[in-house]
Amino acid sequence: MQREGSALHGLGVVILKELSDHLTSVRMRVLEWLVVLFALAALYGAIQQIRETTAEDPFLFLKLFTTAREPLPFTFVSFLSILVPLIAIGMGFDAVNGEHNRRTLSRILSQPIYRDALLFGKFLAGLFTLSVSLIALWLLVIGLGLFLLGLPPNGEELARAFIFLLVTIAYAGVWLALAMLFSIIFRSPATAALVSLGLWLFLTLIWPALAPAIVIAFAPSSNEETLILAAQYLSRLSPSTLFGEVVLAILNPTTRSLGPIYLSQLQGAVLGAPMPLGESLIIAWPQIVGLIAGTILLFVAGYIIFQRQEVRA
Amino acid sequence: MSADNVIEVQGLTKRYDGVAVVKGVSFSVGRGEIFGLLGPNGAGKTTTILMLLGLSEISGGQARVLGYDPVREPLAVKRRVGYLPDQVGFYDNLSASDNMRYTARLMGLGRDERETKIAESLDHVGLHDVADRPVDTFSRGMRQRLGLAEILMKDAQIAILDEPTSGLDPQATAELLHIIRNLKDRSVSVLLSSHLLDRVQSICDRVALFNQGNIALLGTVAELGRQVLGIGYHVDLEAEGEGLTEKLKTVPGVRAVEAAGSNHVRIYAERDVRADAAAAVIAAGGRLLRLSVETPSLDLIYSRYFENESGGRHAA
Repeated sequence: MQREGSALHGLGVVILKELSDHLTSVRMRVLEWLVVLFALAALYGAIQQIRETTAEDPFLFLKLFTTAREPLPFTFVSFLSILVPLIAIGMGFDAVNGEHNRRTLSRILSQPIYRDALLFGKFLAGLFTLSVSLIALWLLVIGLGLFLLGLPPNGEELARAFIFLLVTIAYAGVWLALAMLFSIIFRSPATAALVSLGLWLFLTLIWPALAPAIVIAFAPSSNEETLILAAQYLSRLSPSTLFGEVVLAILNPTTRSLGPIYLSQLQGAVLGAPMPLGESLIIAWPQIVGLIAGTILLFVAGYIIFQRQEVRA
Repeated sequence: MSADNVIEVQGLTKRYDGVAVVKGVSFSVGRGEIFGLLGPNGAGKTTTILMLLGLSEISGGQARVLGYDPVREPLAVKRRVGYLPDQVGFYDNLSASDNMRYTARLMGLGRDERETKIAESLDHVGLHDVADRPVDTFSRGMRQRLGLAEILMKDAQIAILDEPTSGLDPQATAELLHIIRNLKDRSVSVLLSSHLLDRVQSICDRVALFNQGNIALLGTVAELGRQVLGIGYHVDLEAEGEGLTEKLKTVPGVRAVEAAGSNHVRIYAERDVRADAAAAVIAAGGRLLRLSVETPSLDLIYSRYFENESGGRHAA
């Protein structure tokens, strides 16, 4: 059956409203300060460490993101991989059930817009807010790196850092879509937040450790290569694993493969030599696509459920 | 559809998981009419309203709102119909006018038009002085009035109000009913649902009585009274004179005349017979002291109807 009018009529209005809500909310301010403070701490550690240890490295600037001050394991990237899901969930967990509970949903939907516009608007506004914060943070890191290391990044370093930024935004999108999905399924924001956070902890901390165990328990093969590959594929169901692998390939140019390396692949290779940017991108491409596809899948699931949901409280 | 009807509903049905909540109801609302959907909670009133707005899928039958099909053309319907949900909610951290601004944008009003209309409609519902206060300081009655302001701003041809007076104190109720009557003066048709019968009786032109997903009774309050109570009007008459009772019995439309005291009779009639009764008293040389009419109360009709239903007899 054909519906009259555009599904996205009123989208811009919803985005503007949600953006202004996000940018003025106390919740957002707390999360932003959290990110900035943690990031500064990690960055400071990295710079100390780089000053002390590094001799010659063609990609010194990228070390800012991936170096930790020993003995602590916290790098800028590891902070981001923890905090980005936290912020994304913090912005999405009450997106739809909040409207239900405030009893604004039926009033808003009785205006001449479709539900599509409301959901798209909320998601895009959330993603936009996250992007703004991440871009600001990224610029802060680049600026501080310039200032404290006294060393300008070269073109390739900048390109890699920029790809890292885009991937981080996609990673944020996955968690935002997940939190919004739960905000549609569960009427109580507290339940949605808890389930989102629980799933995040599970996927980030437990799943990578659990995957090999599952493979060993259930796989019939005793071929070690098969077992390792199966465990790796299984652990890639977690967006955190995907993000970690992309970061490894993009920010560490010497990464030659994200899976097991075969002896034949090493023939003629100069070990420790950096890969060109294009090659690094090809190595990480499946993971990048995986993150984007995950975002789309989760959003579509939420979209379908929301379309069929009853408006009345 | 007839040119005078703004809402036409034929055999409208809603099923949840195979269970029918609205079971093939049919009614129509005329232009400029105040139509009441009455009945206990859970009788299917809100579901009917949501189907009319295209906010809930229709399982069977059809509805036409201003000639549009709410299923296929929900935007056309929602552009022309204002809706005040049961216990309407607003964004509490925003001011009244900011809340209105958001909906005005969703309606697609231009900037200048927006500001004039917001000021105008807030003025109309008496919220002008608190326009810039956040809504979380508002009482329940003020929120309801803000919801009505939104409908005014929309220049809606139909206002659909779900339980507009529930939970309001008597004064807030009176204010709200006054605004609803004003809607009618602006030739806006009003469809309202309620379980508070006596309040609704005073403003509704016609009512439909919902019972378990069906429309049990439909018509003006007097018509329902005739159907359920068997008689439409009670006229109280006090007069001095001889043989008045006999005279009054001959007035057309009078069913029965009953002595209710010295010089005081109660007339049961099919229509409002006050003028004719007065003429009859004067013609008989009597002195007319008091004359008043009492339309049957909806409360009485309602409780009598459900009594009859549960007693197994069909009232109508």
